[in-house]
Amino acid sequence: MKVTVNGKPIDYNGDPQMPVLWFLRDELDMTGTKFGCGMALCGACTVHLDGQAIRSCVTPMSAAADKKITTIEGLGNGQEHVLQKAWKTHNVPQCGYCQSGQIMQAASFLAQNPNPSESEIDVAMTGNICRCGTYTRIRAAIKTAAEDLA
Amino acid sequence: MNTVSNPSRRRFLSASVQTSGLLLTLNLLPAAGLIAQTNEASDFTPSIFIRIDTDGTVTVICHRSEMGQQIRTSVAQIIADELEADWARIVIEQATGDPIYGDQNTDGSRSIRRNLTRLRQAGASARQLLRQAAAKTWGVSVDECDASNHLVTHQPSGRTLGYGDLVTAAAELTLPDPATVELKTRQQWRYIGKAVQSVDIDDVIHGNAIYGFDVKLPDMQIAVIARPPVLFGQVKQIDEQAVRKIVGVTGVVRLPALSAPAGFNALGGVAVLATNSWAALKGRDALNIEWEHGSNASYDSNQYREQLLATSRKLGTLVREHGDVDAALENATQRISAEYTVPHLSQAPMEPPAAAARVDQDSAEIWACTQTPQATRREVARALEMEEAQVTVNVTMLGGAFGRKSKPDFSVEAALLAKHTGKPVKVIWSREDDIKHGYYHSVSAQRIEAGLDAEGNTTGWLHRTVFPTISSTFDPSQTYPSSGELDLGFSDNPFEIANMRLEKGEAKAHVRIGWLRSVANVYHAFAVQSFAHELAVAAKRDPKDYLLELIGRSRHIDLPAAGVEYGNYGDPIELYPIDTGRLANVVRVVAERADWKAKRAKGCKLGIAVHRSFLTYVATVVEVEVDDQGRWTIPSVHVAIDAGTVVNTDHVKAQCEGGSIYGLSCAIGQITATGGVIDQGNFNDYLVTRINQAPGSIDVHIVESDAPPAGVGEPSTPPFAPAFCNALYEATGQRIRQLPVPLRLPVS
Repeated sequence: MKVTVNGKPIDYNGDPQMPVLWFLRDELDMTGTKFGCGMALCGACTVHLDGQAIRSCVTPMSAAADKKITTIEGLGNGQEHVLQKAWKTHNVPQCGYCQSGQIMQAASFLAQNPNPSESEIDVAMTGNICRCGTYTRIRAAIKTAAEDLA
Repeated sequence: MNTVSNPSRRRFLSASVQTSGLLLTLNLLPAAGLIAQTNEASDFTPSIFIRIDTDGTVTVICHRSEMGQQIRTSVAQIIADELEADWARIVIEQATGDPIYGDQNTDGSRSIRRNLTRLRQAGASARQLLRQAAAKTWGVSVDECDASNHLVTHQPSGRTLGYGDLVTAAAELTLPDPATVELKTRQQWRYIGKAVQSVDIDDVIHGNAIYGFDVKLPDMQIAVIARPPVLFGQVKQIDEQAVRKIVGVTGVVRLPALSAPAGFNALGGVAVLATNSWAALKGRDALNIEWEHGSNASYDSNQYREQLLATSRKLGTLVREHGDVDAALENATQRISAEYTVPHLSQAPMEPPAAAARVDQDSAEIWACTQTPQATRREVARALEMEEAQVTVNVTMLGGAFGRKSKPDFSVEAALLAKHTGKPVKVIWSREDDIKHGYYHSVSAQRIEAGLDAEGNTTGWLHRTVFPTISSTFDPSQTYPSSGELDLGFSDNPFEIANMRLEKGEAKAHVRIGWLRSVANVYHAFAVQSFAHELAVAAKRDPKDYLLELIGRSRHIDLPAAGVEYGNYGDPIELYPIDTGRLANVVRVVAERADWKAKRAKGCKLGIAVHRSFLTYVATVVEVEVDDQGRWTIPSVHVAIDAGTVVNTDHVKAQCEGGSIYGLSCAIGQITATGGVIDQGNFNDYLVTRINQAPGSIDVHIVESDAPPAGVGEPSTPPFAPAFCNALYEATGQRIRQLPVPLRLPVS
């Protein structure tokens, strides 16, 4: 099967049941996408599949056939994404481990809802856990990014 | 911003592989002379922290683990400041585990309080050396040479030399004694006390930071381990047929069974090794193991809680006493008592434990997300029967830690498997492994009884605490709380009450008990600060005013002088007294910030709590809103923190925001056990705060202070749960004495 990762076409002949997460991390050595729970409960593994945020820990490679995967390493196509800028403005990360997933979730969300309310942000981000507790800054950064896009 | 070491995997590994565990790589650099004269490094040897290259690059060696507190930034801020270095020319390098650095165990909120002075001295000593080098080069008096922003200037002539230009001359000189060099004044600080941005933020937001889970070594196998479901259980029978058929699985290895004490040893069980993580995880699931559970299979946490409560109702062992509590209670106008329980909790860092190991005949090397590289080195050496000097421990970034990664058991597992297979091995823990096989925050029961006089003043206070001790993890004969745990918010009760008695009770552990962010302060603050609110209600007084009355006069509580064993977080009581004036001050400050007396929207109520921990004073006001279905939200939180001198104001604020949210997680989560097996397994049944439960806003006020630096990472966690529950009482009349707080309160 063929899959595109951050714009690069790749042939994959391995186990079609292997979750996208482990393909990215173990086969492509792209470790920006993180393991947190393995059950789509925490969002640390969030990537985009044809622009939609998905949990790569439970998405088998078979579901990615002929599709485009975007990871944190490819977000913004070599430019700093507006969310990454906003993340810096608000100094969001603490340990940083969940932040790839947070940013990827927020990017997919903002693309669909460029002017979200606070409660819409909360609904969209509820699946992404941060144990350091950066939530208030995540909200602020998403709002800043939305303003920058407006 | 600055250039930082950008740890792409390749660079990360090559740097690590070249590092032999000492500072020998320094010999490769022109500054070798700087190092050579200080081979006998003491705690105060600045050259172990700083390297200066001829191009002027200043490399700061960070000997503390980075787990989100931005210590790599703070350490660099301190050194760069006293060194008068240009921030843009600072590079951070992570130290391996080595006693040469002094204490490296990154816990107990002590990185800044124990290192601010010595790192300042290191920076200042290097600055003085560079001034001396310039003076010698020019043949002038050192007093005429000023160092500022990476440049030494000869004031009378205006001549200048950059730091890089001075390296060779400096190498010829003797390093000034760090203890005697002149430090900058507070007014001269350039970076200390400022909100300098994290040096790691670019790597983090682009997915380039390397954590323990991300390490990849050549020819490495991934290991996932089926551990005994009950502590000290063993494999009875194993069927590994199905596992061997899985593509990618390379081996099944039985680890030695563990018997008490658990310590930092591997838990035992069966490891599945594979060429990739997916195969290893699948392989572990395919193992068919029959376990011999052993004696801890009797552990039922609900029954156990009742046992702890029963103990708390009986006379305990005396910890601290003054006055006559029995008489005070007897003569009281009102007698009030309450029992509080807090369940086991799991630290649950976002990155579960992970460690990679390479072991050969003569040496071993570990890459791990460890809070404690020296203990990792020691335990790995012991497990491999090697000398510590043969073991190198590389510290990766930590994807959260909260005390879990103070225990190097996962590195020991990796080392044992790498030795057994003869190949590099990375052990990864799934979330279920993390939740089901942890070092749990201690379950606890506490009973407090107080007497009030006719005016509502508290005249007597009897507090008993009962919980299995962390010491039991290292010595199973330990069944009483240790003084180190009682120090955390129990024996240091700050209230000015004429008659007080504090007692501890016995409890035997059935799981591994370990540190979790702020440790015993979590449950002690919950009981003491909830009960303070209960007394205010009984006395029909404003809770904030009553809390201030309980704290009483501004004074220093000298427990050692009163004959009470008290460790004061390992720091001298003279330098860091228990200062009730500072405690009361944060209460007043937070009340003002929260506009305590103002009228709130319908359904919105406030709760307050204050606590001293890790030598820092934190008061928290939580605002809750409860709807008619019993669902609560937290519109706002206000925190006032007095941590003495602070190094990075934004990081302190971030720690208070995160520490509060961690406190909320402590209030809603629980770990329980049935038949010795932990009932929870992932974030579906172990609840942690999500964004929709997080406070709408968190206002943090840092009290300006030139007192010695105190802890920052933990102290905002303990007051959160009681402030939250006190607010819920105000909003609903429901008193929550048994955690966890349900996401939906019962509606009458």
